[in-house]
Amino acid sequence: MSTPLRHTPLHEAHVALGARMVPYAGWEMPVRYDGVIAEHLAVRSSAGAFDVSHMGQIETTGPAAAELLARLCTNDVARIPIGGAQYSLLLREDGGVLDDLFTYRLEAERYLTVTNAANHERDLAWFRVHAGGFDAEVIDRAGDYAMIAVQGPLAREIVQAIANSPLPERMTIGTRTIEGVDMLVAGTGYTGEAGVELLLEPADAPAVWDALLRRGAKPAGLAARDTLRTEACFHLYGNDLSVQRGPIEAGLAWCCRAAGGYIGAQAVAAQRADGPAELLVPFVITDRGAARPGDLVVGGGVVASGTFSPTLDVGIGMAYLPAAKAVVGSEFEIDVRGKHRRARVEKRPLLKV
Amino acid sequence: MAEASYPQDLLYHPEHDWARIDGDVATFGITWHAQDALGEVVFFEPPAVGTQLTQHEPYAEVESVKAVSDVIAPLAGEVIEVNVALGQAPEAINEDPYGAGWIVKVRLADPAQTDALLARDAYVALLS
Repeated sequence: MSTPLRHTPLHEAHVALGARMVPYAGWEMPVRYDGVIAEHLAVRSSAGAFDVSHMGQIETTGPAAAELLARLCTNDVARIPIGGAQYSLLLREDGGVLDDLFTYRLEAERYLTVTNAANHERDLAWFRVHAGGFDAEVIDRAGDYAMIAVQGPLAREIVQAIANSPLPERMTIGTRTIEGVDMLVAGTGYTGEAGVELLLEPADAPAVWDALLRRGAKPAGLAARDTLRTEACFHLYGNDLSVQRGPIEAGLAWCCRAAGGYIGAQAVAAQRADGPAELLVPFVITDRGAARPGDLVVGGGVVASGTFSPTLDVGIGMAYLPAAKAVVGSEFEIDVRGKHRRARVEKRPLLKV
Repeated sequence: MAEASYPQDLLYHPEHDWARIDGDVATFGITWHAQDALGEVVFFEPPAVGTQLTQHEPYAEVESVKAVSDVIAPLAGEVIEVNVALGQAPEAINEDPYGAGWIVKVRLADPAQTDALLARDAYVALLS
């Protein structure tokens, strides 16, 4: 594509740190700084800071905001308390996944939904198309927030030291002043570690980023973000989720409310009743090397996510396997560039922290 | 990782491989640029001693956390020695790509093939 890549408000900071910058979902993002292994292990042992300002935000407000979100999202939106957070999916009528989302309830009738960068415009259009008839307003907030994730066993301590009051607990959100800057702080993340995600005005982001680094958070890039989330078995849209896949086969039945009433609910109910042909399961490579996304499973199935695991020191990933083989302990082979590599289905998550 | 460097005494293949020639034997490896693009190497898949390498064709794989790369033979010949230490310590390819990170030693089939390779300055110009 010839569209120029967008820069986050931390672009100069990344360049100054010597980051290797790559195109990602229309943005120029840091893929690594010192090295993915060191960044990954820093998040597992102390704390890392990630610029995730490429992610989008949609605000839904008004008396029928919850009703509209319940129509769009698979999870039980009615159960999000004020200040709460919930993981959910956005589906087409046929059950194909349009996006996976985090929705935060900021006020009684005000919600903020975080979208994947590559899907934001499509999500926004989808929200707007379906908002007709609901007494609710859909507002594009993607330009209004920079986003920094601070993750790791020391992450909360580092942020707490520059915060005006105790940080929101896991899976909650609230307004705090961090390093003198008012922002939203959420007890969520994508690494399996404790930590927070900060949503703040773009102009404030560089000073807050610098303060986090000064206090010991190690800058971590997209590569470490991917290896960390793969160890934790969190889905990545585009790898593990797509419009070609439904929530049941992706192992996300838990976030599809049984009562239905959301777009795609009938397709989900049908897949639940019939049982999916394939299921997404975590695996480890039991001989050498790592499988990569798109590698085919011998006898049927495909690798959705695959990488080397810096913590486990082996190849790991998630693969769609024929349902009969998708059981813990099941051994299979992956065609990795013409060589058959042995793999074994593991329990989720691959790494317990 | 080490600082960027491209020694004067090597010949370079545009696919980011180097050859150090000593009579009819050459040592091959990947350049600083190649290892930097890959990131930390975690697996190394060597060829067997005795393998016949074809110029410009892949003969080994180096795999980093996030990527895999074919290693291209800058010259044709028979593998007479493999850097077996890379099996346990593939990070040597990052730390010392022209020294401890060497990949194979090859008995050259045709020394005239060096005409297809680049001198240091021409390779560096290619990178920029």
